[in-house]
Amino acid sequence: MSSKIGIIIGREYLERVRKKSFIITTLLMPLFMLAMMVAPALIMQFSKSDLRTIAVIDRTGFIAPQLESDEETLFVPMASVELDSALAMTELSGVVYIAEGVADGIAPVKYYSNGPSSMSLEHSLSTQIDQIIETQRLKAYNIDNLNEIMNKVKSDVRIQNIRNDSDGEATQSSTMLSYGLGVVLTFLLYMCLLLYGQMVMTSIIEEKNNRVLEIVVSSVSPTRLMLGKIFGICLVAVSQIVIWGVLIAAMSAFLLPALLPENVAGEMAALNAGQLDLAQSTVDTGLLQAISMLGNVSYILSLFGMLILFLVGGFLLYSAIYAAIGSAVDNIQDAGQLQSFIIFPVVIGIIFGMTAASDPTSSLSFWTSLIPFTSPMVMMARIPSGIPGWEIVLSLVLLYLTFFVMVWIAAKIYRVGIFMYGKKPTIKDLIRWTRYK
Amino acid sequence: MDTILKVENVSKAYTGHKALDGVSLSVPRATVYGLLGPNGAGKTTLIRIINHITAPDSGSVTFDGHQLTAADVAHIGYLPEERGLYKKMKVGDQALFFARLKGLSRAEATRSLHEWFDRFDIADWWNRKVEELSKGMAQKVQFIITVLHRPKLLIFDEPFSGFDPINAQLLRDEILKLRDEGSTIIFSTHNMASVEEICTNITLINKGQNILTGNVEEIRHRFSDGRYNLTFEGDPRKLMETLEPLSSQFRLSDGGYGRHTLEVLLKEEAPLQEMIAKANSTVDLKGFNEVMASMNDIFIHTVEASDRG
Repeated sequence: MSSKIGIIIGREYLERVRKKSFIITTLLMPLFMLAMMVAPALIMQFSKSDLRTIAVIDRTGFIAPQLESDEETLFVPMASVELDSALAMTELSGVVYIAEGVADGIAPVKYYSNGPSSMSLEHSLSTQIDQIIETQRLKAYNIDNLNEIMNKVKSDVRIQNIRNDSDGEATQSSTMLSYGLGVVLTFLLYMCLLLYGQMVMTSIIEEKNNRVLEIVVSSVSPTRLMLGKIFGICLVAVSQIVIWGVLIAAMSAFLLPALLPENVAGEMAALNAGQLDLAQSTVDTGLLQAISMLGNVSYILSLFGMLILFLVGGFLLYSAIYAAIGSAVDNIQDAGQLQSFIIFPVVIGIIFGMTAASDPTSSLSFWTSLIPFTSPMVMMARIPSGIPGWEIVLSLVLLYLTFFVMVWIAAKIYRVGIFMYGKKPTIKDLIRWTRYK
Repeated sequence: MDTILKVENVSKAYTGHKALDGVSLSVPRATVYGLLGPNGAGKTTLIRIINHITAPDSGSVTFDGHQLTAADVAHIGYLPEERGLYKKMKVGDQALFFARLKGLSRAEATRSLHEWFDRFDIADWWNRKVEELSKGMAQKVQFIITVLHRPKLLIFDEPFSGFDPINAQLLRDEILKLRDEGSTIIFSTHNMASVEEICTNITLINKGQNILTGNVEEIRHRFSDGRYNLTFEGDPRKLMETLEPLSSQFRLSDGGYGRHTLEVLLKEEAPLQEMIAKANSTVDLKGFNEVMASMNDIFIHTVEASDRG
């Protein structure tokens, strides 16, 4: 008899993965995601603005000569020109007017812009001028060896985050990346739960509407049909995730090293070998650690395994509810109200998931990652940061146990619901159906 | 007689109403058994119980000598009134899917499907999607799916609806052939003419109760009240005068070409021989037959009587 479930699963699975739309989304999604990651960098590369020439009229006398131009901006000191005549020169990108009071902090620097103002320019201007004025003021104290002292005083703290795992092996970890991964995984899970769960529901409504259901259940029990459908669609979801995982892994294995600049790659190797002194590093520490963590295959694989376990558990739980709802109604419109029983906990889950990604160890995160309805999403937000294994196991056990209870209730509703036409059922009806023989 | 299906005292209640209330019937093997009743009488509920789709609240169903189990559905074929197939699936794949659900192996199913497809002249539909088929075409596919696994018991709910007369004839022949080969057929319909034509026994259900059950010929006899049709050439008035003492009611119809048919309701004590003799001597008698109650009249009469309480 269990082979009948196999036949149902086979049909549900094959009919879906053979569809062109499935093949296309499965193959194009990783490319799309990669494009999303690479596009900003490419745009930055090609959108370098032209050289801006900015006239500086300096009434303090000491600021203008010390302003440093860069490849985008050229500062031209114009000591002898009046502001009005400078403003008349339209070929300039802008005019900076530094009044005498600026040095004493009683007047603002004025920037007259011929065209839209640029945030990066404003930032660079204020930083530079601040520094020049601070140095000038320090000089007024007549301290000997000022430059030497300043160099000694200067500080640039970097934090190197090393996971102190119980097995004593310290691995590079990145809080930034853990957070990012937590958010991404939670969203991925959320999307899969809703999209594939709804697929279960609409497919049951369709079977009910075109009456093919009546024939199927004369060969296989309604409960088996429901389970076969849930498992079949679950396999489709897992297949898609696995294909995505493989494609993304392949792309990062071959593309990531090729895309990394040489100095970053070199320091990466040194970091992984434990030979790099981060204080000497020329690259941003956070970025370096994130890349190192991404390159850690066993870490990525374990994350991936967890994703599948929680995806399957969460999907089974929610799709059982979706199946019960689908069996009870005649069309999608009628399902709206009953669907709130699913949407509500899922949305709660994603909200707590977001909180948990930024603070994985809070007691709120802990408890919501154990409660089965929110646990898949919250757990996926916590796992990248590294949490005790027993919490994951307990959460999984609770999740799968709840699935068994839920599927038992859903089956009772389903076998009555599929023969109910016409009247839109209420939650009360559903509860009553569970008591039918 | 050998009984394949025995339903004993089966009841099933849904909220507010009793769909079945102590229904019993027994279906002899290798016959066509009519399951009749007005809409909402409980036929579909009974069929679902026989199909092991729903369980009865009380009562028992015996199939082929043992208590009905889930495994027995492999020996039952069901063609529901409201037909449906997976629209996006190819005809061949779909037929294979249903055949395998009924326990056939893939190879076995493929072989016998090709046989049936050839017989119904639809072999070139194998790779077409169901949504491309006309209603009648889909009905044929569905019929094949129902009978493919050579079930001992077949349940047809309005099998002829949607078929043109030629295909309906084809289907009727196939059904009778299946019966002759040993299958038992439960036939649910509102078309009483086809009941008279192919059913051996019937059960009439109304409001969840069995109100009439038995052999079709026997029932029609029982409901017949001594009406006879005389077909003749000659003077109808003269015939009616002659038969006046024997009959309590006449109904005359003109058959054209000088031929008439007179329906005579014979008085209870009047001898049949005398009527024939008198008629024969009065007119040129061309035909004589007993008017059996039609299943249509029996259906209406019995259901109305049961509704009156």
